[in-house]
Amino acid sequence: MRKIWEIPGGIHPPEHKAQSLCNPLADLPLPAQIVLPVSQHLGAPAEPIVEVGDQVLKGELVAMGKQAISANVHASTSGKVVAIEQRPLPHPSGMDGLCVVIEPDGEDRWAALQACEDYNTLEPAALLEKIQAAGIAGMGGAGFPTSVKLAPRNPIKTLIINGTECEPYITADDVLMRHHAADIVQGIQLLSHLLGEPEEILVAIENNKPEAIETMKAAVSECGDARMEVVPLPTKYPSGGEKQLVQILTGQEVPSGGLPAQLGVVCQNVATVLAAWRAVRFGEPLIERITTVTGEAFSDQRNVRVRLGTPIEFVLEQHGYDGKRASRLVMGGPMMGFSIVNAEAPVIKTTNCLLAPSLEEAPSPGPAQACIRCGMCAEACPSSLLPQQLYWYSRAQDEEKLKAHNLFDCIECGACSYVCPSQIPLVQFYRAAKGEIRRHDAEKKHADRARQRFEFHKQRIEEEKAARARAREEAQEKARQRAQEKAAAEAATGDKPVAPKADKAKLVADALAKAKQAGGADQRERLERKLLAADDRLAKLKQKESELADSPEQLEALRARIKEAELASQAIRNKLAALESAPSNAQAGQSKVAD
Amino acid sequence: MEFLTDFILQRSVAEAVLALVGLAAAFGAVLGFASVRFKVEADPIVDQIDNLLPQTQCGQCGHPGCRPYAEAISSGEAINKCPPGGQATINALAKLLDVEAPTLDEEHGQESELPNVAYIREDECIGCTKCIQACPVDAILGAAQQMHTVIADECTGCDLCVEPCPVDCIEMRPVQVTVAEWSWKLPADPGKPANLIASDRDDERSGAAA
Repeated sequence: MRKIWEIPGGIHPPEHKAQSLCNPLADLPLPAQIVLPVSQHLGAPAEPIVEVGDQVLKGELVAMGKQAISANVHASTSGKVVAIEQRPLPHPSGMDGLCVVIEPDGEDRWAALQACEDYNTLEPAALLEKIQAAGIAGMGGAGFPTSVKLAPRNPIKTLIINGTECEPYITADDVLMRHHAADIVQGIQLLSHLLGEPEEILVAIENNKPEAIETMKAAVSECGDARMEVVPLPTKYPSGGEKQLVQILTGQEVPSGGLPAQLGVVCQNVATVLAAWRAVRFGEPLIERITTVTGEAFSDQRNVRVRLGTPIEFVLEQHGYDGKRASRLVMGGPMMGFSIVNAEAPVIKTTNCLLAPSLEEAPSPGPAQACIRCGMCAEACPSSLLPQQLYWYSRAQDEEKLKAHNLFDCIECGACSYVCPSQIPLVQFYRAAKGEIRRHDAEKKHADRARQRFEFHKQRIEEEKAARARAREEAQEKARQRAQEKAAAEAATGDKPVAPKADKAKLVADALAKAKQAGGADQRERLERKLLAADDRLAKLKQKESELADSPEQLEALRARIKEAELASQAIRNKLAALESAPSNAQAGQSKVAD
Repeated sequence: MEFLTDFILQRSVAEAVLALVGLAAAFGAVLGFASVRFKVEADPIVDQIDNLLPQTQCGQCGHPGCRPYAEAISSGEAINKCPPGGQATINALAKLLDVEAPTLDEEHGQESELPNVAYIREDECIGCTKCIQACPVDAILGAAQQMHTVIADECTGCDLCVEPCPVDCIEMRPVQVTVAEWSWKLPADPGKPANLIASDRDDERSGAAA
C-alpha cells in the first residue's frame, strides 16, 4: 500500500453523485446546428480554415491552432458550414466569440482517419504531432493543450493519471473509467512511452468511486505493467487539483509559480488520456466528450456522450429541463463552475458537467455580511494561503500586498467561500483582483514599449534634423569654395574688367536701366501667361453656360463669374498695353544717358 | 617625546580628546572608503515619476511627452495635469512625492472611461502622411500617396493624429474587450452592510430580479 500524504485544508461538501449514476451512459441525437468556438482551450484561439458553404466531414479540421500554445478544432459531424461568426460562448463573461457553425446533413460521415497499429514504431515527436493534430486539450476543466504538457523539459519520474473527480455532482470521469478502462490503460502506456518511461505511474481515484477503482484495477493487472498502480484516495475536496494531487501522492509541494514538471511529475486527466489514445490509435480527433447532466431541475439526470459544439439548450431539451425549478444553470461543478448567461452557447472540450440545481438544492446565497475574522477560510484553504487577508487587500486593491500574500497561488477552488459563515463571495474577490493585477501588468508593459518607441521617435527626429543641418552647411561650404576658386581664377588671368572710376553716375544709371528692362520683360511674360489663363477660363465658363441652360439660378451665378473673368482679362490686357509703351521709354532714357 | 607622554598622562582631558580624534579619523576613513566602494546609483526622481506616467505621449499636460512632464514635476509643477493617467496616476504620484493628492485639473482634459485606439477609415485616406508625422510613437504605417493604417497594438490613444488629418478620416475608438482580456469584477459594493431586516431583503431581491 502506498503512503498517502495529506494536504492542508479541504472540505467535505455533500457529494450528490448518485443521481446521475442511476441511468446508463447515453448518446445524444444530432442537434439542428453545431457551433464550434475556435477557442475551447487555454492559449491562442485557432484560426478557421474553412469557408461558409464548404462541405465538411465528421472529424475534418475546421480551425487550426497556429501558435505554440493552441489547439485544433474539428467538425463533430458531417454537414455544411453555414456561418463563421460571433456566437455566445460558454464563458463566465457571457460574451460572444468567433465560432464555426455547421448544419449537419444527418449522415454523420467520417473523414478518412489515419490509424496507427503500433505506436512503438513511431518517434515521440511524430506521436506528439498526432496528439496535437487531434486538437486535444486538458478535459478536466482547464483545457491546457495536451501536446505541450506531454513535452516537458525536465526528465519525468512520475506520471499521475487524475481520475479523482473530487467536485460534487460530477460523475463524467467515473463513468468513463467504468466503460473504457482497457482503453485508458493503453492510453497510459502510450503516455508513459512519450514521457520516456517514468519509474512510477499512479492512477488516482477517490474512494467514493469503488466501481471505477475495481474496473481500473482489473484493467491494470491485465496489462501486467508493474509500474502502474491504482491508488484510492480518501474523499476530500479539492484533492483533484493538480498541485494538490501531486502533494497527496508524492509529498512534494509544487513551488509557487512553478509546474509539476519541475518535480519530475506530469499529471493528466483520465478523459484526456483516452482522447490521446484514440487520436494515436485510430486517428480520431477530439470531437465528443462525456458530460454529466445533473441537478433537480432536470427530469433525467445522467451522463451523455455529446458532440462538441452541441448547443447547451439542445442538451437541456433532451433532459427535461425545467427553467422555473432551476435556481441557476452552471457549467462545471457547484464549486468551480460558472453560471451560463446564454443557453445558446455550445458544449466545448472542457464542459465536464451541466448543473441545474433546484432552489431547494442550491438556494441563492444570502447577502454577504461583514468578515468576523473567524479564520475558517484559512483552515479550509488547500494552498495554505490566508484568505481573509487576501479578502481585505482585494477590497483595498492593494496589489503589492496581494502579491506578497501569494494571491496567484490561489487555485480558486472555492473552499473558503464554502465555509465562510458570512457568505462572502471570497473567490470572486480573488478573481477580480487577479484580473486587475494582470491588466495592470499588461498596461505597464504597453507603457514601457510606448516609452521606448517615443524615445526612439525623438532620437530619429533629432538625427534627421542634424542631417539636414549638416547638408545645409556642406552646401554653403561648397558654394563658398566655388566662389573663392572663381575669384582666384579671375585674379590669375588678370583681365578682370576694371570699371572706370570717373564715370560712376553713368554706371549706376546703366545698371538701373538694365534692371528695369529685365524686370519689364519678366513682367510682360508673366502678364501674358496670366492673360492666357484668364482667356482659357473665360472660354470654359462660356462653354458651361451653353451646356447649362435649364437652371436659371445657376446660370445667373455663372454669368456673374463670366463677367468677372472678362473684367479680369481686360485688366490684364490694359496692364500689358501700358507695359508695351513703357519699355520704349526706358530704352529712350538709356540712350539719353548713353549720350 | 617624553614631555609629550607626560603631558598626556597627566591631563586626562587631552587623553580623551586624542582618543576621540583617533576614533573619528579611523571611522571616517572606513565610512569614506565604504561610500566610494559600495556606492549605489539611486534611481533619479525623474525616472521614478516617468515610470508612473501612462506614457501616452499625448501632450495634454502642455509638455511634449511624458518624460518632459516628469522633469517638470520634479522641478515643482502640479501633478494633476495628466488626463489619460487619471486619478490613479495622481494618487501614485502623490504617494511617491509624499504630497496631498489633488483631483484632476479639468483644464487639461477629462479622464476617459475606456482606453481608446486610433482608427483610420482607409477608404477615405488620401495618403498625406500628416498623421504619421504627428504620431509620437511611430504607430502609423504608410507612405506618401499610399493608404495609412494604425498599428493598434502600439497606439497609445493620444489622439494627436486626429487633428492634422485634412480629410478627417481618423477617429478614436474604444478598445474592444475580448474574452481573453475579460476578467471578473469585484462583487458589487462590497463595503455596504447587509440588510438584516427580512422586508429589506425581499426588496433587494425583487430589485435584483427586475
